[in-house]
Amino acid sequence: MDGTRLRRRARRRSTLTLWAFLLPALIAFAYFKFYPIGYGVWLSFHNVGIMGNHSWVGLKNFARAFDDTFLHAAFWHTVLYVVLGVTLSVLVGFGLALALAGQARHIRLVRTAVFLPAVVTVAVCAEVFRILYHPTPDGPLNWLLGLVNLGPFGFTSDPSTSMLSVIGMHVWKNAPYDMVVLLAAMTGVDRSLYESARVDGANWAARLWFITIPSIRFAFTIVITLGIIRSLRVFPEVYTLTGGGPARSSEVIMTYIYRVSFVDVDLGYASALSTLLFLLTVVITAATLLLRKERS
Amino acid sequence: MTLLVPRADEVDLRAPDDLGPRRRGLAGRSARWLLYAFLVAVFAIPLWSIVATALSGATIPPGRFVIIPDQLTLTNLVDTWTSERILRYFVNSLIVVGIGVPLQTMVSALAAYALSRRQFWAGSIVMLIFLCTMMMPEEVIAIPLYLVLSEMPPFNVSLLNTYAGMILPVVGWAFSIFVLTKFMNELPRELEEAARVDGATDFGYFWRVVLPCVRPALGVVTVFGFLMIWEQYLLPLIVAQDTEMFTLQIALLNLRQDDMIPMAVVMSAALLAMLPSVIVYLLLQRHFHAGITAGAVKG
Repeated sequence: MDGTRLRRRARRRSTLTLWAFLLPALIAFAYFKFYPIGYGVWLSFHNVGIMGNHSWVGLKNFARAFDDTFLHAAFWHTVLYVVLGVTLSVLVGFGLALALAGQARHIRLVRTAVFLPAVVTVAVCAEVFRILYHPTPDGPLNWLLGLVNLGPFGFTSDPSTSMLSVIGMHVWKNAPYDMVVLLAAMTGVDRSLYESARVDGANWAARLWFITIPSIRFAFTIVITLGIIRSLRVFPEVYTLTGGGPARSSEVIMTYIYRVSFVDVDLGYASALSTLLFLLTVVITAATLLLRKERS
Repeated sequence: MTLLVPRADEVDLRAPDDLGPRRRGLAGRSARWLLYAFLVAVFAIPLWSIVATALSGATIPPGRFVIIPDQLTLTNLVDTWTSERILRYFVNSLIVVGIGVPLQTMVSALAAYALSRRQFWAGSIVMLIFLCTMMMPEEVIAIPLYLVLSEMPPFNVSLLNTYAGMILPVVGWAFSIFVLTKFMNELPRELEEAARVDGATDFGYFWRVVLPCVRPALGVVTVFGFLMIWEQYLLPLIVAQDTEMFTLQIALLNLRQDDMIPMAVVMSAALLAMLPSVIVYLLLQRHFHAGITAGAVKG
């Protein structure tokens, strides 16, 4: 055989080899990600029976979602969680980044300590906050608040504060993570910008507002975007801390879907809800990508 | 995805102290130290209280926040960690991470190798497909995944209540493929050509040259993969059908809700659930922060 045919054979064999390299990942993704999504969408239009006995019900599950007041409550709780949770954790994270910037060893030690909540698993955080949120006047947080004359709160046992309590735990766990991302971005800001601003007589607040914040805008976008997308599908935080209660006051979309699937055992409806959640995630992801494209 | 941070040679390591009011002198310094103490108290002390409660011999009522162990003793800790029940949960978690993490890293490395080859024209399309799965997190697909695991078409076998059911769905992770591909793209062309000249096979080149070269990326991916899988909640929850198969994370809720179990025992279990992540983080901080700042964040 001449050189060209040999080379072409070699290239084909090499491409085949590369597909072989991809195969495990392709199988894993196809079987455990893409197929379930498609299957879930298909199930949304059915009443899921035992032994694979599914009956077609068309849009009935979706129509039901429209009227489902429990779902609406869960949706708004989720929105609250996303808006408040992301805003607070980014703000607190930014504050932490400003306070703990620097390479001195003692500052790095404090940062390491502060970052621990981000590393610890959600289930463990819930155990910690279960204690902190103890509703009696001598529960830890209530005792601290009592020192400044703030009345004892029910936290997770009070329907009016349960969602806020979960958000509190969310901020505690996620602000350090945002701190690290924002801090990393801050180290890349050109020092000379600060120098010339000081020469021009700008005080620290002005330097912060006009130099720091605009320079790390990209990092802000990242933490906000990821925060939103992750918070939409929150599950273990709520499940372990309040279970969605009391009286569904802290129910979020995912805990509601879980309840519908495994307590009510209505997998058709649960699939429809999952499909809706998927669509919501896609829409928000696409929106944030488009917004970012517009900016740049 | 662009890098959030410039490379090491461009970073100014001086403290960017232009970012806040700088108060010199004793008042300023004590204020700073007060702030540091406050932050450590808020973020780290609550985690310490888990340790302190676990080391307490006295009965701890449910609402008590322990900082100094009440009747310091190792008995509760040791008894809990060696009890059949907790050990079972711990071993379950260990098996899932022990098999899941290497599997995930290896599958991702293999895929990343293919995606980083210049002659692989389909590379960017496949990468895009992989990245799309970032929008299919486990929560969204949990319900249909549950049904898939119970039937495993076309094999008609149920992976519910098995380790495989908890491991296989997490083996494919777009994050690790993405990070590894990025690192493998950086490898110089000459390396590959030299290997070809020496007659190396694709796999030989991959195993003996590429992998060692991207070791930092492998470190990052392994650390994040470990933390992700160790923390897994929803998947083990829906796969496990009886408490024997619970992982440590999902067992914690059961333990706490059982009124017969003293706080010191619950906290000992929580400590066990918390320790691996903390140890991995403390030992491998470098890899950890490298992973976060490389523009890659947990999806």
